Amino acid sequence: MEVEAAKYIAAGLAIGLGAIGPGIGEGIAASKALEAIGRNPEASGKITPLMFVAMAITESTAIYALVVTLIILFA
Amino acid sequence: MKLDISLAPETLFYIGSVAISNSFFWLLVLTFFILVGVFFLNRSLKMRPGKVQNVFEMLLAGAFDFVETTVGSKSLAQKTFPLVFTLFFFILVSNLITFIPGQAAVTIETAGGVVPLFRAIIADYSLVFMMTMLSVLITQIVAIYVAGPFRYLGRFLNFTSPLNFFLGLMDLIGEVAKVMSLSFRLFGNIFAGEVLGAVMLFLFPFFLPLPFAFLGLLTAVVQAFVFAVLTLVFISMAATVSEESEAA
Repeated sequence: MEVEAAKYIAAGLAIGLGAIGPGIGEGIAASKALEAIGRNPEASGKITPLMFVAMAITESTAIYALVVTLIILFA
Repeated sequence: MKLDISLAPETLFYIGSVAISNSFFWLLVLTFFILVGVFFLNRSLKMRPGKVQNVFEMLLAGAFDFVETTVGSKSLAQKTFPLVFTLFFFILVSNLITFIPGQAAVTIETAGGVVPLFRAIIADYSLVFMMTMLSVLITQIVAIYVAGPFRYLGRFLNFTSPLNFFLGLMDLIGEVAKVMSLSFRLFGNIFAGEVLGAVMLFLFPFFLPLPFAFLGLLTAVVQAFVFAVLTLVFISMAATVSEESEAA
């Protein structure tokens, strides 16, 4: 296999596999937050920013995969 | 058309043997404007606030209340607030400033070819790394100051049992991993936003990038907030965990 082709496959695999976990995790965070808001709509102002922070932290593993992908592609 | 994306910032010119990159240049411009803005705002403070002062006072008071509820005590909040809010404000401004349209079109002719004059400064890893080191080092200094040097070292090198020794080593790795997790999160988000915008512009100009620009706007605010809050949480953990172990 050529090096160039292997690079593209590696980049695709890295971000594709790396996005699975955070995708599930963010879905769980969003569903729980929406559930909580549904039970107690007055608390939405408190829940929403916390949900965003939690999601941003959950997302970070996907971001690591993305950084690796970008390094493979462009560096 | 070829996509022009590089991890490293482009060099604009040299002073002596020191390379001045476009992100460094942009950082100086931005810092200058922030300092001048804060200076004039500071000069025009009145007892009866005007519109601008009102907005900033509301922002600061809200942020301070948030810090106070997070760290749990007013004295600790007063100590950590300046650092945390400066980090937040600086990252927020430098992220939002990249949404001014047209700046990617300003290019400059250099020895190494035509390079853009401006660059999102958070998309330069060296700056993010420095900010992360600052935040992590301050965390360690707070931990040493609160616990004392011997108990601080004792957290990592614990010879009472094999399990404690192993857990201490894990703690040590955790502290080092903070540098990577904190810096990669901010850098990766902003750089990925830039790359995403470029790719979408390449696929279908003007319309396709719009939703992604909105997503980037959200990311810009949330990541600035997350970086500051994580710094705050690290510092407050370093200041309180030691008190707990003192009681135990």
